[in-house]
Amino acid sequence: MTASALLPLLVAGPLVGAFVATGLTRPAARRALGLLVSAAVLAGSVLLVMATRDGQVVVAQVAGWPGGIAIPFAADPLSALMVLVASLLVTTCLAFAAATGDDLDRWFVPLALVLSGGVYGAFVTADLFNLFVLVEVALIPSYVLLTAGGRPEQVRAGRIYLTVNLLGSTILLAGIALLYGVTGSVNLGELAGAAADSNAAALAAGVVLVAFGVKAALVPAHGWLPATYPSAPPAVTALFSGLLTKIGVYAIFRVYAVVFDGDARLSSVLLVVFLATMVVGVLGALGEGRMRSILVFHMISQVGYILLGLSFFGVLGVTAGIFYFLHNTVVKASLLLTAGAVETTHGTDRLDRLGGLARREPLLAVAFFAAAVSLAGLPPFSGFVAKLVLVRAAFAEQAYLAGGLAVVVSLFTLLSMMKIWNGVFWGEPPDQPPAEPAVEVPRIPRSLVWPGVVLAGVSLAVGLGAELVLGLSQTAAEGLVDPSDYVDAVSGR
Amino acid sequence: MTAAVAVAVLVTGGVFLVLQRGLVRVTLGFILLGHAANVLLLAAGGMARREAPLVGRVDLPEASDPLPQAFALTAIVITFGITVYLFGLAGAGADAEPDDEPDPEVLP
Repeated sequence: MTASALLPLLVAGPLVGAFVATGLTRPAARRALGLLVSAAVLAGSVLLVMATRDGQVVVAQVAGWPGGIAIPFAADPLSALMVLVASLLVTTCLAFAAATGDDLDRWFVPLALVLSGGVYGAFVTADLFNLFVLVEVALIPSYVLLTAGGRPEQVRAGRIYLTVNLLGSTILLAGIALLYGVTGSVNLGELAGAAADSNAAALAAGVVLVAFGVKAALVPAHGWLPATYPSAPPAVTALFSGLLTKIGVYAIFRVYAVVFDGDARLSSVLLVVFLATMVVGVLGALGEGRMRSILVFHMISQVGYILLGLSFFGVLGVTAGIFYFLHNTVVKASLLLTAGAVETTHGTDRLDRLGGLARREPLLAVAFFAAAVSLAGLPPFSGFVAKLVLVRAAFAEQAYLAGGLAVVVSLFTLLSMMKIWNGVFWGEPPDQPPAEPAVEVPRIPRSLVWPGVVLAGVSLAVGLGAELVLGLSQTAAEGLVDPSDYVDAVSGR
Repeated sequence: MTAAVAVAVLVTGGVFLVLQRGLVRVTLGFILLGHAANVLLLAAGGMARREAPLVGRVDLPEASDPLPQAFALTAIVITFGITVYLFGLAGAGADAEPDDEPDPEVLP
C-alpha cells in the first residue's frame, strides 16, 4: 500500500535532505531544497490524512520484520493530523527564515530539516524507545539552533535549555527501562492497557509521563520555557513552539490513551496539573514586557488547555483537545512570526519601545489582530470553536470549576493580547531620545509579513469551516478512546 | 540488588552534582545520571542471565536479553554527544558571564 510506504519516508526524506543540504554552498540552493522537502512532506501528510480519515491505521513494519519484532511506524488520524500541522509550520517557518536571512547560516537549513524529521518520526513511531531516539533527533539540532548566534543571552538560554532537556531525556530513558523491566516490551501495541492492569507498570509509565511533562513545559516544570525560547532567533522560536513542546503533548496523549487505557484513577491528578499549567502560564504573561516573552508564557497556558481535554477522557473531551492542539499550533506560530517580523525590522520587541505600527503596517496589524483574537477565543476564528468544544466537554463531565477556569483564563489571554496591541500597534510611535538622531525605520518587507498572514488565514478558515476539522478530530479522538484498531495494527495481530 | 545499589549511588551523586552551580559540575552530574539510566536498562533485561546472546553458542535460558543492551548503546551515544556540547557551552559561557550575574532580562 502506498500510504504505508510514506511513513518511513517522513523521517528519511528530511534526513537525506539535510545531508544533501550540508554539501550545498549556495544559500539559495539550500533554501530551495529545504522548502522543497517540507512542501513534499506537507503533500505527503495530506495523503496520509486522506488515507486515515475514516479511522484507518496505516502501518509500516520497517524492514519487513514480522509484527512484534519490527520497529513499527503507524499513523492513525491523530498522527496524520499532527504531521500535517507540523509540516505546514516547518514550511512557513523556513519561508520566514528565508525572509529574515537566518538561513544564510550554513547550518540553518540542514539543522531545521533534521529537527523536522525527528518531529515527524516522533508523531508516527509506535515504539517507545524509538520515540525516545526521535525526540533526541529533534532536540539535538534545536540545541545548536538556539545557541548558534553565540550572544551571551543565547549561551545562557542554551545552558538552561540543554540541562532541562537532558534531565527530561534521562528521566524518559529511566521510565522506558522500568517499563521494559516490568512488561518486557516497548512496542505500544504490546503495551496497550499494561498500566491499567498492573500497578508496577503504571508506576513505570508514570515516570514516562513525567518526562514528557517536563518536555511539554507543564507546571511545575515550566520555568525553562520562558527562560529560553525568547532568546532564540524569531524564526527558530516559532519553529520550536510548534514542534518541540508539542512532541511532549502528543506523547502524553498517546501514552495516556494506549498504555494507561485512559485510567480514571489518574484523571484527577492530571486535571490539577493541567489547570495549574493554564492559570500559571497566563498569569506569568501579564508580568512580561516583550512581545515574544508574553507569547511564550501563553504557550504554557495553552498547553494546559490542550491537555485539559485529555483529562476528560471521552470522545468529546479528546476531540476538544485535538482540535485545540491543531488550532493552537497554527495560531501561536502566526503570532510569533508576526512578533518576529516586528523584531527583525525594528530591532526590538519591547512594548515600551514600539507603537503606532497599525498605521505603518496595516496588513501585519490585521494578521496579529486576527491571530490574537483567535488565541483568546473569539468568533469567527478557530480559537472560538476550540474553546467552545472544550468548555462544553468540561460541563458535560460536570467539571464546572475546570470549565469556568477555562473561560476566566481566556479573559486574561485577551488582556495580554490587548497589552501587546496597545503597546505595539496602537497609539503613537514612542519619542526618540533627543540625543539620538531620528532614524528612519524601513517598512517591514512583505516577505516577512506573509508567513504570519497565511497562518492567521488558516486559523480563520478552520474557524469558518470547523465542521471538517472537527470531524477529523473526532475520528482521531475515537481512535484514542478505543485504541484497539491502532493496537491490532501495530502489534501485527 | 547490586544493580539497585549501583543505580542508587549513581543517582545520589548525579543529583548532588546537578544541583551545584558551575556548568562543568552539572555536566558531570548528568554523566552520572546517564550511567544510572543505563544500568537500569541493563537490569531491565534481567540480572540472572548474563551470557553473550549468541544463538548456537550458549543455551538460550542463559543468554542475556540483547534488546536492553542495544538500548543502552544508543543511549550512551546520545548522552555522550550532548555531554560534549554541554562542555562546549560551559567553555563558551565562561568568559561571557560570571555565574552570579543578575538576570539581564529584568526590565526597568
